[in-house]
Amino acid sequence: MKKLSARRRHPLAAVVVLFIALAACAGLYTAFAPADKAQADETAQSLAIEEGKKLYAVGCASCHGTGGQGTSDGPSLVGVGAAAVDFQVGTGRMPAQQPGAQVPRKKVIYSQAEIDQLAAYIASLGAGPSIPTKEEYSPEGADAAKGGELFRTNCAQCHNFTGKGGALSKGKYAPTLEGVDPKHIYEAMQTGPQNMPSFPDTTLTEKNKQDIIAYLDAVNSDKTVEPGGLSLGGLGPVSEGLFAWVFGLGGLIAVAVWVAARTAKAKKS
Amino acid sequence: MSTTTTPESRSRGKAPAGERVADWADGRLGIYSLAKANMRKIFPDHWSFMLGEVCLYTFIIIIITGVYLTLFFHPSMNEVTYHGSYVPLQGQLMSEAFNSTMHISFDVRGGLLIRQIHHWAALIFLAGMFVHMMRVFFTGAFRKPREVNWLFGFLLFVLGMFTGFTGYSLPDDLLSGTGVRFMQGAVLSVPVVGTYLSFFLFGGEFPGGDFVARFYSVHILLLPGIMLGLVVAHLILVFYHKHTQFAGPGKTNNNVVGMPLLPVYMAKAGGFFFLVFGVIAVISAIATINPIWSLGPYRPDQVSTGAQPDWYMGFSEGLIRVMPGWEINFAGHTLVLGVFIPLVIFPLVLVAIAVYPFIEAWVTGDKREHHILDRPRNAPTRTAFGVAWITWYMVLLIGGGNDLWATHFHLSINAITWFVRIAFFVGPVIAFVITKRICLGLQRRDRDKVLHGRETGIIKRLPHGEFIEVHEPLSQEQLHTLTAHEQYIPAQVGPAVDENGVKRKIKASEKLRAKLSKAYYSEDSQIPKPTVEEYKEITSGHGHH
Repeated sequence: MKKLSARRRHPLAAVVVLFIALAACAGLYTAFAPADKAQADETAQSLAIEEGKKLYAVGCASCHGTGGQGTSDGPSLVGVGAAAVDFQVGTGRMPAQQPGAQVPRKKVIYSQAEIDQLAAYIASLGAGPSIPTKEEYSPEGADAAKGGELFRTNCAQCHNFTGKGGALSKGKYAPTLEGVDPKHIYEAMQTGPQNMPSFPDTTLTEKNKQDIIAYLDAVNSDKTVEPGGLSLGGLGPVSEGLFAWVFGLGGLIAVAVWVAARTAKAKKS
Repeated sequence: MSTTTTPESRSRGKAPAGERVADWADGRLGIYSLAKANMRKIFPDHWSFMLGEVCLYTFIIIIITGVYLTLFFHPSMNEVTYHGSYVPLQGQLMSEAFNSTMHISFDVRGGLLIRQIHHWAALIFLAGMFVHMMRVFFTGAFRKPREVNWLFGFLLFVLGMFTGFTGYSLPDDLLSGTGVRFMQGAVLSVPVVGTYLSFFLFGGEFPGGDFVARFYSVHILLLPGIMLGLVVAHLILVFYHKHTQFAGPGKTNNNVVGMPLLPVYMAKAGGFFFLVFGVIAVISAIATINPIWSLGPYRPDQVSTGAQPDWYMGFSEGLIRVMPGWEINFAGHTLVLGVFIPLVIFPLVLVAIAVYPFIEAWVTGDKREHHILDRPRNAPTRTAFGVAWITWYMVLLIGGGNDLWATHFHLSINAITWFVRIAFFVGPVIAFVITKRICLGLQRRDRDKVLHGRETGIIKRLPHGEFIEVHEPLSQEQLHTLTAHEQYIPAQVGPAVDENGVKRKIKASEKLRAKLSKAYYSEDSQIPKPTVEEYKEITSGHGHH
């Protein structure tokens, strides 16, 4: 101890103590901090963000700005969340082909891995809804009848009774929900893409959203049974009226012409 | 005929069973004299004369299927919970009306098919009446003595619209409930009495608990009862007036050329009934109409896009959709012009076509009976008016479906609305002018055909090198058909002075009539049909011309 006590006034003593303290802190931190696995994830995440940033620079930056801050051609993406990216890019709406009242659904040009990287990058810009897991959006065990009621209350005024779509003002429209992936329906409700209002969990709970997805699965999918025959687009009286005129009255007039042409005349004129 | 049997017939033994039954019935009902008068009734042959039959048969089909539906339908707005076969509505609250319609659709044997036949037949009934009315209009079949029957037919069309509307509302689904709400809004817009009327109709605040039961009575009893009476009157008048016919050799204003009711028309009409029923049944079996299970039960806090009425009410929907939302606020009261003006125009659209026959009769001043039909081209002003009216109606139908036009043709709904607003005023005028020109063109062609014959398409080269097209003269029958129509001379305003040389007061109506008559029948509005002299002069000449 004598040696130690003799050198306690040494000019470098403070440095040594500081070093020991830091080492102890680091050691304690390493001991108590979350496991190695998390560290590995962190690396993959940052890698994804890195890759996403590159994809972003090529496909998105011209409208949304180099840092996602938005320009006059595209809104800011700070805080829209991974769910919004997964919806917009995953349904082919983004990248947009041309400006217009609304960006339509089209062929998806990114792979799901690339979409996830883009989503990771956008999510890193600010907190927002994340991509839902399968348990969240799966219609398994949900109440389709309740979903129908919710759908008619919240969705039908734009998307039609069974989600066949409808018109909005000035060329905008509510698209048909036929053949839309349940995940994308969930994300659309969560994020409110384009002209749609958003329905966060405070408005429509996760259960509500599942019910709505179950309803659409029952009435607007391949599994839908049409007890009455052809649904004529499910658009209501306009298509029914057209059908009645063309095939109903048109058919009857054809029959009338046929009957009138067959008469009891001695010779046919 | 009588029931007394003569000695001869007794000596031959008993008459056949059919004769005895007929004798029995005649003794009590007098069927022989009825049959004698009507069995040989002649009807002319033309497919367009069967449009009325289409209407009659669809009406019968609607009544038959409607009776079946009443056996299962509960016209009540009591709230019940759904426990039927359709899963996506399980446990939902709904009115008994909706519940029983669901029951008919899913749990009554043949219920859905009958429902669909009932509804499809209704749409086709109205479409048939529309086309039948237009056939009568464009051929001038509404002229004396058939003006009253024209009005009966028109009333049937209007009553059909309202019967259809009340029926469409009965299932109390989200779509029809929205339609009833629309109607209630229109009632509310009536100045002063609107609110009272609405409370009276619905037994209180909308929707209340009464309207389904009330609409039910109106739909199955009141309106069809009146319609049935009108249909009978309509048919009696057809028999009384005898059917009109197109001009042709041997056909005059005083005869009817065709086939007798029995056996030819009875067989044809009877067969046609089953054909009509068959076509409608096939359509009902393959295509859904009004899928209430998809629409869901009505709740005033819910609404869907694409909420339109059936097609025959579509023009009223169009009127509302394109009308600017004007309103006047005065001393604490609101006058909603955006709804009230369409409510006023709605009957005017219908009345415009209904009164036309009377306007034409007044302009021509013609008091004679007409049993020979006009070809539409030979009455250009009437035809042009009819096409203008149809254009008006169709423009409003486009307005009523503006959202579907927008989504299916990738247009802006605002652009369609503006198109309809402008076309509402301009469309009929353009249609009128174009139609009139087309009619006059066709009249010129008829004139050329009569005078110069049919163009054969054969080109002949003459010895001196000239090329001519060979024209084939028409047959006497064709010449008659093309020149059978008569042409009016424009009416003149009477002399400015009376027989005593005193200046006569000319009434404004007389002046207007002369003006209209000129518009109808002057040289600009009809091509003078070829005279016998013209025909002789041209055909007697040698060589070509």
